[in-house]
Order: sequence, then structure tokens, then C-alpha cells
Amino acid sequence: MRRNKVFAAGVATLALGLSLTACGTTEDKGDGGGDAGCDLSLAFFGPETGDAAGLGKPIIQGAQLAIDQHNEDADCKVKYVKYDSQGSPDEAPALATEAAGDESVIGIVGPAFSGESAAAGDTFAEAGLPTITPSATNPTLADNGWDTFHRALGNDATQGPAAARYIKDTLKASSVFVIDDASEYGAGLAGIVEKDLGGAVKGTDTIQQKQTDFSATVTKVTDAKPDAVFFGGYYAEATILIGQLRDGGFDGKFVVADGVKDPAFLDAGKAAEGTIITCPCIPDTDPAVADFAKAYSAEFGEAPGTYAAEAYDAASIFLAGIEDGIDNREDMLKFVNDYDEKGITKQLKFDDKGEPADVHVYAYTVKDGAIVPEGEIK
Amino acid sequence: MNFEFLFNNLPELTITGLAFGAIYALIALGYTMVYGVLQLINFAHSEVFMYGTFAMLWTVMALGGREADGVKLVAIMIAALFAAMLVSALVALLLERVAYRPLLKRDAPRLIALISAIGASFVLAELMGLRDRIAGWFGLDDDLSEYVSGARINNSMAGVIEKPRWDVAGVSISSIDVLVIVAAVGMMVLLDQFVRRSRLGKGIRATAQDPETAALMGVNPTRTIQITFFIGGVMAGIAAFLYMLKIETTRYDVGFLLGVKAFTAAVLGGIGNLRGALLGGLVLGVAENWGSALFGSEWRDVIAFVLLVLILLVRPTGLLGESLGKARA
Repeated sequence: MRRNKVFAAGVATLALGLSLTACGTTEDKGDGGGDAGCDLSLAFFGPETGDAAGLGKPIIQGAQLAIDQHNEDADCKVKYVKYDSQGSPDEAPALATEAAGDESVIGIVGPAFSGESAAAGDTFAEAGLPTITPSATNPTLADNGWDTFHRALGNDATQGPAAARYIKDTLKASSVFVIDDASEYGAGLAGIVEKDLGGAVKGTDTIQQKQTDFSATVTKVTDAKPDAVFFGGYYAEATILIGQLRDGGFDGKFVVADGVKDPAFLDAGKAAEGTIITCPCIPDTDPAVADFAKAYSAEFGEAPGTYAAEAYDAASIFLAGIEDGIDNREDMLKFVNDYDEKGITKQLKFDDKGEPADVHVYAYTVKDGAIVPEGEIK
Repeated sequence: MNFEFLFNNLPELTITGLAFGAIYALIALGYTMVYGVLQLINFAHSEVFMYGTFAMLWTVMALGGREADGVKLVAIMIAALFAAMLVSALVALLLERVAYRPLLKRDAPRLIALISAIGASFVLAELMGLRDRIAGWFGLDDDLSEYVSGARINNSMAGVIEKPRWDVAGVSISSIDVLVIVAAVGMMVLLDQFVRRSRLGKGIRATAQDPETAALMGVNPTRTIQITFFIGGVMAGIAAFLYMLKIETTRYDVGFLLGVKAFTAAVLGGIGNLRGALLGGLVLGVAENWGSALFGSEWRDVIAFVLLVLILLVRPTGLLGESLGKARA
């Protein structure tokens, strides 16, 4: 705890120092003139390179599309800056300081992951720089008292109950085995599902990240003979786990959450077939995002990936503010806090903690070697 | 603690534990043999294993293992086995040549060789983890994209082989587990006999007992050390092949945890002792599985290392003692 405080203080000092320097530079260059709205930029904060680059790409492109569309018929072009954290909480504080120091940055789409959000949040709060994350789902992020924090999708606390509802109502499973990977994300999610399912839970087990031999877990599952297995964790372990479960003779349903919604999960081949994946992300086939999906495919030559539409919505909120003539962070923050308009993924409105007022969770299923949407979980 | 579950499922848990333990044991051989001859922990041995898993995976991909079945699939698997053995052995020889021989020649302290091994381990792992960039330097990343993409995530060959299960007296057994145990134990027996009976084996034991006297008697020490690394590499290649049959997935850092476990198995059985490596691996694999059943899978590593500490407290040289050299013909 103490280390964190010292660290935060250090970051804050750095932020102050850098922002002072940055102010100086802007004043030097300030003779360019033009109206105030013209040197504003929006920033993406998250992995552009590194291990998690694949998850960052749709977010970068979703926001890019919103900005391009805005710039098409605007006199004042909004610039797009990318802060590449590689998804790492270690990189995040320094980058956040850099972003906070650049006065032209008026809003952040991101940070993409929960870990880096936690590491960078203090800096953004102190700089008064509003952030809207299209993808970080850890519920505790909203409890830090950062008034700059906003989330354009439902958090794990809403995804867990939805997964439990799906298992109970749609799969009609009367016995469920719950497995988690001991990570903040996986264990949190599995805990919620376990609580919601109550007596239907026939057993639980906790695996470790990077573990590859799950034989003890498999024996536990085959011994309990559940109708369904819920796994809270990421695709790296899920891919191996489902293979070993199927080899071990488990033939019930396998239910996982958005941490597994990655094409790499399909490596499990036949074993992955029929897996149910819950995700607070809107399917690209949903009629509400049809226009967006078409424009996105035309621009980038691929279908919108996970959280692309949410990133588009996040960027659109900032762009609406800029269109209203906002040219500073303070007004932008107020604008975002009071925002209440229909976006493409949902009604975009935040409560006082920055959580979305309107949340949807969708079910996806693996069919013929592809992750296909099944519909919203009511 | 769930004793009822453990006892009801004891046969399954034991067999799956033995199967993974057999893989530990095969990797442990590499640690134990090099230690026996050089009194040196070859920490890069985990990477020797990792390269074997990729050799296996890429051979299966290159020969079209996904579409093959029947005799062709068996032929591909045999080719993959030899590829894994060959690649692992070559990496082990390369390690000896680059990371050890120059140091040993100059009589460097053992600690220096240990650091050199840890360094080599990182270099080898990162070379694999950055293979997409390396291919990019040569402009080959498009041609080789099937092999170099996903350099830092899991690479899988799931679904290439069917794994039928057998019902033996009410106990469901995976055919792969049986194959892994039989193959691993068979290789260990062969190696044990080789070291005990053959000329080369005698040379290895002589060098382990007293390198100078062995050299005076006409044993070429450099060659003996090379052979030791080579055999360790071949065994790691077989372990890699069996591991890929069972787990079907590898990644650039797969060697780390397995290496630590295999090293533990070697120490558990008595480092420097071939039979100790087998016993240590099997005990460790079974203990991990039983412990996971009793306490939950998150305790797996804790159980492995608590067991190690307990056994070393009672028998400081491991279950069977340190004795590559002392083995009599």
C-alpha cells in the first residue's frame, strides 16, 4: 500500500513537471493562430504492439473510423494520437504522464486493459483528462473515485450474472462445475457465477496460469458429471483445458467469458465446438451496428473485431463534445459526465462512478470453427 | 480436504500423474547426466526440450499431419519423433559448444558456467519468442507465416491425433497416457543399460568418477561430455514428442516451468543418478496429482516443492543418492 502511494506521488510530481514543460512548448508554438478547436487531438491508450496487439487493433481502428468520419466534413481536423502501452501496467504510468502533459489531448479512448487502467487512472484523474475505456471490465476500477473514469461497456459484475442466467435459463443445466485461473479477472468472474448459481454448483477447482496439464481438474469434472463447466480465465488456458476435458470424456457444455473470445481459442479444433462465450461486446451482425460494420470493413478490409464498436462509441462522445465547441479538458469532462445520447452499441450515459447506465451482454458460440453470435442474454 | 474423491478416483489420478511424471523424468535425465559428469546444473536444458516441441509441431505441420490418417499419420508421427530428437540433440550440442566448452577450457568456476547456462536459456527462449521478427529481417515472414506467426502465444496441433480411451475394470484410461508411460520407462531402461554396459557408457561413468584418471586411461573427456549432452538432448526430444502428443500445445516459454519441475524431479531422486531421475519424476507427477485432488489444483506447485523439501530433510542426497559414477556394471 505504502509503496503504491509513494509511487503515485512520484507519478504525480512527474506529471506536474511534464505538464509545465508541455505548456511552455505550446506557448512557444502558439503563434500559429486559428480557432481553438483546431489543435485538439484524441488519444488511444493501449496495446498497439506486443503480446496483446491483436486485442488492441480493433479498438484502434474503431476509434480511427469515428475520427475519420468526423474529419471528413469538419473544418477543424481532430488529430489522433496513439499511446502504445503494449497492454502492460508497467508501461502505463509513464505514458499516462506523457498523455496528460500534452495539452492538445482532450480525451482518451482507453486504457484498453484493466491492469493498465488501474496503473494509469490516478494520473488521468489528477490531470482532469477524461477517459472512456471500450474494453476494461474489472468492476473495482470504478471504485477509485476517479471522476475522469468512464466505461462504455458492462463490467464483470454484470457479465457474471448474465453468464449464470444463460447457464440456468438457456442451457437449463442443473449441475455446474466452476473453474477459475486465480487471476483478478478470472477468479472474480467465477466467484460471481458460483454465487449466482448457488446449489447448482457441484464442485469448483482453481488452476494456474501457464499450467498445461489439467489431469487432476479433468478427473474432478468427470467425477462430478456436471451438465456444464464454467471457466473464468483467458483463452491460453481455456484452449488446452477444453481439449483435455473432451479427451477425458466430459460431454457437457463449456461456458466461458470474454477473456476467451479470441480466434486463438479455435486452435482447440473440434473440442472447442459448441463452447458458449459471453461478452459485453456487441456482435458485428447486430442491426444496430450494420452501418458501422460496413464502413469499418470498407476502411480496413476486415470485419470489426471485439470492442471495435465500443471504441467507435467512446470516440464519438468526445467528437460530439468537440463539435459543441469544447476546447478544454474541464468542459469536456463535464460534457462526458452529462452525456445521454444513443450510441451504436447502447444508450450512452454514465452514472456518477463512470459505469454505463445501459448494459448488454451477448452470447456467442463456436460453430464450424468460427465464433458466431447467438444473441443477447436477457 | 477431499479424501473421498481421492480414493474414489485413485486409479485415474495415479495413471495421469504417472504419465506427466514420466515426461518430467525424461527431461530430468538431461539435468542429471550433465550434473553427474560435470557437477554442473545445465539450466538451459529446459530450452532443449522447448525446441523439441517445436520441431515436433512443425514437422507435423509441414508434412500435412492435419489431413493425414492411418499409415501416413503414423509415418508422420515417427518422422516428428526423429525430428524432435535430432533438433533437441543439436541444441544441446550447440549449448555445450558455445556456453560451456570455452568456460571449462579456461577452468572457469562452476558459478560462471551456471550464469552462462541461465543466459543461454534466456537467449534460446527469446529467439523462439521473437522468431516472427527474425524471419522479418530476412524477408521470410510471409513465406513462413504459418510457422512464425503467433510467436508469443500458444501454438497448437490439437485434433491431429485421435485419443481413444480404454475401459479397464471400470477405470477409464487414456491410450496416450499408457503410451507415454511405456515409452518413457522403456527409454529409461535402455539408457540405464547403455550407461552400465556399453563402452561409451563406461567412459561416461569413468569421467564422472575421476575425469583426470579417466583421461589417462584413454577416455577423451571432451568427447565424453559431448556424448553426455547429446544423450540428454535425445531424451529431451523424446520427452518433447510425448508432451506434444499429450498436451498438443507449446509456446516459447513452455520450458521454464517444466524445466524447474524436471530439475526438482532430478534432485528428488538424487541428482546424478539415472534411476533416481525416473523415480523422482514419477513420484513428483503422482504427488502433484494426488495433492491437486486433495487440496485443489492451485496447490499443485506448493505440493511439489514441499515434498522436495521434506524428502531432502530426511535424505539430503535424494531418494536414491547421487551416483552416476558409482553405478557398477
